[in-house]
Amino acid sequence: MTAGPGTGSGTSAPATPSGHGTVPTEPQHAGRDIPLPSPEHRARGLGTVLGIAVAVIFALLPFVDVDVPVILPGLLSSPGALQVLAIGLVFAGVAMSYDVVFGYTGLLSFGHALFFGVAVYGTNLLMVHAGWGFGVSALAAVLLSATTAALVGAVALRARGIAFAMVTLAFVEAFAIFLITDPLGITGGEDGLALARDGVPDLFRGVLNTRNLYWLALAFAVVTYLVVRQCTASSGGRVWQAVRENEDRVELLGIRPYPVKLLAFVVGGTLAGVGGCVYLLVVRGANPDVAGADFALALLIMVVLGGSGRLWGAALGGLIYGLLTLRLPALSTSGVLDGLPEWLENVVAEPLFVLGTLFVLLVLFVPQGIAGSVERVRAALVRRSSP
Amino acid sequence: MSTFVLIVVTSLGLAGLYFLLAAGLSLIFGLMNVLNLAHGAFFGIGGYAAWLTMDRLEVVSSLGLRFLVAVLVAAVVGLVVGALVERLLIARSYDNHLGQILLTIGLGFALVALLGGVFSYDAQPLVQPAWFGQTTELLGARIPNSRLLILAVAVVLLAALLLFLAKTRHGLVIRAGVENRSMVEALGIDVSRSFTLVFALGGLLAAVGGALGAVYFNGISPALGTTQLIFAFIVVVIGGLGSVTGTALSAVVVALTQQLINFYGAPGLGDIAVVGLLAAVLLLRPQGLLGAVAR
Repeated sequence: MTAGPGTGSGTSAPATPSGHGTVPTEPQHAGRDIPLPSPEHRARGLGTVLGIAVAVIFALLPFVDVDVPVILPGLLSSPGALQVLAIGLVFAGVAMSYDVVFGYTGLLSFGHALFFGVAVYGTNLLMVHAGWGFGVSALAAVLLSATTAALVGAVALRARGIAFAMVTLAFVEAFAIFLITDPLGITGGEDGLALARDGVPDLFRGVLNTRNLYWLALAFAVVTYLVVRQCTASSGGRVWQAVRENEDRVELLGIRPYPVKLLAFVVGGTLAGVGGCVYLLVVRGANPDVAGADFALALLIMVVLGGSGRLWGAALGGLIYGLLTLRLPALSTSGVLDGLPEWLENVVAEPLFVLGTLFVLLVLFVPQGIAGSVERVRAALVRRSSP
Repeated sequence: MSTFVLIVVTSLGLAGLYFLLAAGLSLIFGLMNVLNLAHGAFFGIGGYAAWLTMDRLEVVSSLGLRFLVAVLVAAVVGLVVGALVERLLIARSYDNHLGQILLTIGLGFALVALLGGVFSYDAQPLVQPAWFGQTTELLGARIPNSRLLILAVAVVLLAALLLFLAKTRHGLVIRAGVENRSMVEALGIDVSRSFTLVFALGGLLAAVGGALGAVYFNGISPALGTTQLIFAFIVVVIGGLGSVTGTALSAVVVALTQQLINFYGAPGLGDIAVVGLLAAVLLLRPQGLLGAVAR
């Protein structure tokens, strides 16, 4: 029901229940995120056009010589600015993959950072210690991410609610401890592990090729968007949303929630793994910061900031988060904050302070996130224009 | 043998810290179903309150007495911060558990970053009474006095908490609320006052833990509490949500497992083994050692 005729690819929008185990789709049971048909079809078509436009604009950014003060270092087309944007785009993609787990299936999992981190480190470890090329290493690492997601999910999903959240948090932290204490002497401890340059294809090597990395990150974000949209619009994807709305009812309808949730976990984890491989190339190294509990919480912030259960919201949240964390420290040296006492200046330029405070205010006053607010405004406008 | 005794007693000191962090978490969770991810920040705030007192309160020349004041200051600060957080933030969304968790996540980030901005991220060494660094001979092992002190404070607070829960009317309401909140509400008792109380108590215990943690870890840094929080979560789940005795027992089990394997195995292996322990408990006994089934 989320996908209508206006979606473009008609294959994934079966209006009639096909085969066994499809969730009945009476409108009166639809959750808050499953919109009513008629105005939404128009909006969907508009959404597709808008989405393509955004992707094209992003793809053309490396050709634009504009100075964006404070937000980006230097000209838009400079390698520094493109790297910041590329990190933001990777975060956007990973946030969308997390939206599968959190936003669509309603699982408060902190394990997502683990699957991302496994791919970042897995790829680099294979390149550094086994001397494999990037392509093979990345493929193996993504498979490893998927396997890890399946195993962790299989254990953690035995618990529900808060206990589930705590267990996933424990797993991700165990991995971070493994990386930092480095008992096997392979991960480089707290300093991390620089990218093995020899295995990287020429296309992505060197500062001059940063724009290729940027396009790679953009491609990852776009592909993730398309895959997740396809998945969540399929009948299986609607069972995810049904589990989020009411797990007991899904069980009562004869569908076991456990494999459904596990599938969401693995799909999201695999996509996060792909993002991890791209991230490794963009930041040219593996650092334990991206694999710990803090990054897991950061993913949650990205998705809630943008609006959970709405893909473009999650993407926007990831992009904003990436830009804020990377660029806020530069605020203290930019002169904007001159005149404040030094300790206050330190605090304001602290990315996590700004994000944390912003997040608290958001949860209190705008719980539906950016995307939710925009949709609410749009719905109000539509109602006013067509009584 | 003496090494073994030393490690066991040191672990018990760490278990004391875990207990102080986990007891509040467990009560808050048991009563309110809130996973307080800002709890590590309470620990950090307590640590810095104690550090500031030790650093600045030069009027009290005896370091031992000054440390006593520092712990009391930390306790009061923790109590106030806990109560304020509950009243100002958590109370706004009682029926939205996800919202409450998200609030505590944002708050945890903001508070730790605030500490980092004000005090810098470098660890601040704590001025300590000389007695803390001296050792006491026990079963052939020379145990640093600070470890024994931490253990003693944790045991006293455990006893006080159990007495409070068992003997006072507020404690009775909290225990009943953990057991069945809707029933307590149906009897006409205002549970929301107990919510503020457990948050304040949790803040107090965590802040005292922070003050003692600054001794145990030879200094305080903003993220110290958050690092310990993960182990406190493991302690809470293994102990059984809402059970204070279970939390104390599980703190000892977790700290012993962690430290013994870290020492006799490889550094860091113990931390990972604790997560394995958690997975095992969850698969075999989801309700924890002593406690109701985790919902």
